[in-house]
Amino acid sequence: MSTAAEELHHDDHHHHAPSGIKRWLYTTNHKDIGTLYLWFAFIMFLVGGAMAMVIRAELFQPGLQIVEPNFFNQMTTVHGLIMVFGAVMPAFTGLANWLVPMMIGAPDMALPRMNNWSFWILPGAFTILLASLFMEGGGPAFGWTFYAPLSTTYSNDTTALFVFSVHIMGISSIMGAINVIVTIFNMRAPGMTWMKMPLFVWTWLITAFLLIAVMPVLAGAVTMVLTDKFFGTSFFDAAGGGDPVMFQHIFWFFGHPEVYIMILPAFGIISAIIPTFSRKKLFGYASMVYATTSIALLSFIVWAHHMFTTGMPVAAELFFMFATMLISVPTGVKVFNWVATMWRGSLSFEVPMLFALAFIVLFTIGGLSGLMLAIVPVDFQYHDTYFVVAHFHYVLVTGAIFSIMAAVYYWLPKWTGKMFDITLAKWHFWCSLISVNVLFFPMHFVGLAGMPRRIPDYALQFADFNQWISIGGFAFGLSQLIFLALLIKACRKQGEPVTDQVWEGAEGLEWELPSPAPYHTFETPPVIK
Amino acid sequence: MKNALSGTLALLTGIVSFSSLADSGSSVDQYQLNLRQGVTEISGQVYDLHMLMFIICVVIAVLVFGVMFYSMVFHRKSRGAKPANFHESVKVEILWTVIPFIILIVMAFPAAKTLIAMEDTSAPDVTVLVTGSQWKWHYKYMENDVEYFSTLATQQEQIRNKFDKGENYLLEVDRPLVIPTGKKVRFLVTSDDVIHSWWVPDFAVKKDANPGFINEAWTKVDVPGIYRGQCAELCGKDHGFMPIVVVAKEPAEYTQWISEQESIQLAAKAEEQRLLALNMSMDELMSSGEQVYLRACAACHMPNGQGLPGVFPALAGSEMALNDMQGHIDVVVNGKTGTAMQAFAKQLTMSEIAAVVTYERNAWGNNTGEMVQAKDINAFMKGQ
Repeated sequence: MSTAAEELHHDDHHHHAPSGIKRWLYTTNHKDIGTLYLWFAFIMFLVGGAMAMVIRAELFQPGLQIVEPNFFNQMTTVHGLIMVFGAVMPAFTGLANWLVPMMIGAPDMALPRMNNWSFWILPGAFTILLASLFMEGGGPAFGWTFYAPLSTTYSNDTTALFVFSVHIMGISSIMGAINVIVTIFNMRAPGMTWMKMPLFVWTWLITAFLLIAVMPVLAGAVTMVLTDKFFGTSFFDAAGGGDPVMFQHIFWFFGHPEVYIMILPAFGIISAIIPTFSRKKLFGYASMVYATTSIALLSFIVWAHHMFTTGMPVAAELFFMFATMLISVPTGVKVFNWVATMWRGSLSFEVPMLFALAFIVLFTIGGLSGLMLAIVPVDFQYHDTYFVVAHFHYVLVTGAIFSIMAAVYYWLPKWTGKMFDITLAKWHFWCSLISVNVLFFPMHFVGLAGMPRRIPDYALQFADFNQWISIGGFAFGLSQLIFLALLIKACRKQGEPVTDQVWEGAEGLEWELPSPAPYHTFETPPVIK
Repeated sequence: MKNALSGTLALLTGIVSFSSLADSGSSVDQYQLNLRQGVTEISGQVYDLHMLMFIICVVIAVLVFGVMFYSMVFHRKSRGAKPANFHESVKVEILWTVIPFIILIVMAFPAAKTLIAMEDTSAPDVTVLVTGSQWKWHYKYMENDVEYFSTLATQQEQIRNKFDKGENYLLEVDRPLVIPTGKKVRFLVTSDDVIHSWWVPDFAVKKDANPGFINEAWTKVDVPGIYRGQCAELCGKDHGFMPIVVVAKEPAEYTQWISEQESIQLAAKAEEQRLLALNMSMDELMSSGEQVYLRACAACHMPNGQGLPGVFPALAGSEMALNDMQGHIDVVVNGKTGTAMQAFAKQLTMSEIAAVVTYERNAWGNNTGEMVQAKDINAFMKGQ
C-alpha cells in the first residue's frame, strides 16, 4: 500500500486540484463530500435547534408571550422538516460517504460526479424552505406531516416553495442512495463477501433501498398537494371525489420506512462501536443482518399505526397493531445482541462508547414507548399528545442523533489524524445526557396527563413540567455549542496525533489506513483476510 | 388472577403517581404523571391496558439494562476483565426471538378485545353529530331539534397575560355538550374544513373529524360531572384554542334540559322572523356588530381588521368592504370555496350578519356610512 505522501504527490501530477472554495464546489472526492454533508447537517442541526428554542421559550409558561400562534406553527413545522431532511439524513449520508468506501476497500464512491451534485443541491433546497419563512404569509405552518386539506385549501401560497424544496431534498436522497447501492454492489475489494461486510455497510445498503422505495412516494404526495392547491385537482378533497385520509395513507407509506431510514444506519454505528470498546467480536452478526432486513420489510406494512384515530375499519386497526408489535421482535434481537457483546467483554468507556451506551438505554426507552403506542385502544389516548413527542424524540434525538455523535467521536481521529479534545467531549456528553432527559422525559407525563402536541399555549395543570422541559431544552441546546467548539478545534488539526488503529480493539479496513486517512485510499484493493 | 393483577396495578399506580387515588376526577393536578382512569368502563379498560403495557415494558427494561449495567461494572477493563471469545449461540438467539413473541401474544388478546368493544357503535340511546370547524365545535342532537356552536370561553386578556388565568384556562367553553349518564351516546364526527380530532380523555374517546366523511365513536358515562378535552389534530392557527367540555347529567335532568333547549331554539327562530320587520339604528348595529365580529371573525381577520398578510385578507380598506355590498353579504353568508372563509348563514342569525356586515363597512376607517338590516340579508338569501 502506498503512503500518504506518495498519494498526494501522485494527485498533484495528474490533476490540477483546485483550492479554496472551488475545491469544495467541484470536489468528487468521497471524503470531501462526506465532510460537506456532515458540516451541512451540523449547521442545519443548529438552525433546527434554534427553532426548537423558540418553541420551548413560548411554552416556558402558559399564555402567549413571545410568538404568535401562526408563527409558532411555522416553527414546529420547519423544525421537524429541518431536523429530518436537513440534519439526520444528510449526517448519515455524510458518514456513508466517508466510511463505506473505506470499509469495503473501494477507492471512492461509484458515481463521484453524481455524489457532488447530490450534495450541492441540498443547500438550495433548504435556502428555498428557509426563505419562505420571511415571505408574506410566512413558511409552512401545517406540521412536517403536511396533512391535507390544511396544506392545500387552507395553506398560504408559499406552500409551492415547500413542495419544491421537498422535491429537491428527495432527488438528493435518491441520488445518494443510488450511489451507496452501486458502490456496495460493484466496488467491494476482492474477498469482501456479503457476510464479511461491516454492519454499518449492511445497514446503509438496506437504508438505501428503503430510500429508493419511498422517496418517490413522498414526491408524489407533495406533487398532489401542489396540484390540489394550485391546479384544481381533488386528490384530497371529498367535494371533488377525493379523500383527505388518503393523503395520510400515502404520506405514512413514505413516513414509516422513513423512520427506519433514520435509525438503521444508527444500528450499524452502534454495532461497530460496542465491539471495539468491549474488545470482543459482535455477538450474532448474521442475526443482526437478518433483523435489519426484517425491520426494513416490516416497515412497509405498518404505516397506518400513525392513523389509528382516522376511523379505519376494526380489521385494519387490528392488522396494523399486530404488524407493528412484530417489529419489536427484530429490534429486541438487536438490543440483546449488543448487550451480549458487552457480556464478559473487557469494557472501557471512551467518549464514543459513552454515546453508544446512552444510545442503547435511551433508544430502548423510545422503543418500549413505541410498543405501548402500537396498542390501538391506548393509542387513542396517546395519539397526538406529548407522549408521542417524547417517544419520537427518544428514538430520534437520543437514538439517531446520539448515534451520529458517537460515530463522529469514533471516526474523527481517523479523519483528522488527531485525538479530539477529550475533556470537551466528556463535557459535551454529560451535559447532553442530563439535559436531554430533563427535556424529553417529563414529556411522557404531560402527554399522559392530556397535553396535545403542536399547541402554542396550554392549560395550567401542565405549567410546571413545561417549565422543566424548557429548561432542559435550553441546556441541551447550549450543550451543542461545546460540540461546535470541539469540532472547530478538530478541523484545525489541534490535538495529539493518533495511531492508525486509533482505538485499542478497533477492527476493520478503515483502521488499517494511516491516520489521517489520505485523500485517496485503496487505489489498489486491499487483501481481505 | 384478575384480582391479583388489578391489585398490582392499583399499587403501581399509587407508586407511580404522586396524586391520591381518591381525587381522580375533574380536579387538576400539577404533577399528574400517569394516564387518567376516566369515568367509563372503556376508559377503565384502556387504563388497565396502559398499566399492563407499562409494567411489561418496565420489567423488560429492568432485565435488559440490569444485564448491561452488570457488564459495565464487572466486565470493565480497569478491573482486569479479559474478553471472552463467544460471538454467537443459536440456542440463545432463538430463545430471545421466541420469548418476546409470546409476550406480544399475551398483550394482543386484551388489546383486541377492548378495541372491538370500543368500535361497537351499535344500538345507541342518544346520537350527537359533532362537527369541527376552524376553531370551534358544533353539536347537533339527532333525536331533538337542538344544535349549537361551542367555542372557547377564556378571555383574550388571559391568553395575552393581561388578566390572571382562571382555573379552567383554555379548557372552558361558552356552551358545553350535555349528555345523559348511564346511556350509550354515539358521536358522529365530521368537519367543515380541515381535519380536527374530538378528544375527551376521561371517556377515552378520540376520533378524527374528516371533512366529507363521518366517523363514529361512543361512550357511556357512569358519573355525572364536567369533563374537559381539546382538539387533538393540528387544524391551523388556533388549534390550541378549541377545547371540548362535556357535562354529563342524570337522565331525568338531561331530558328536562333538552326539552328546554328545544323551546328556547324554537323561540329564537320566531324572534329572528320578528326582527326582520325591525330596522336597527347605526349605533345598535355597530355595537352588536362589534361583538359578533370579535366572536366569529377576529380569529382570522384580527380585531383591528388587518388580517394576517398572505394568510387571511385585511378587511380594513378592502375593496369589498368599501364598494361591493352584495359581494360582501355573499361572502359572509356563503363563504368562499377554496379558502378558509366559512359560510356564516348557519352560524349567525340574519340580524347578526346584518350587524357584522355593517360593522365591517364602518369600522377601522371604512367609513362608508352604509347600514345593512336583517331584512336585506333575508332578501339576499331568498333571492339566491
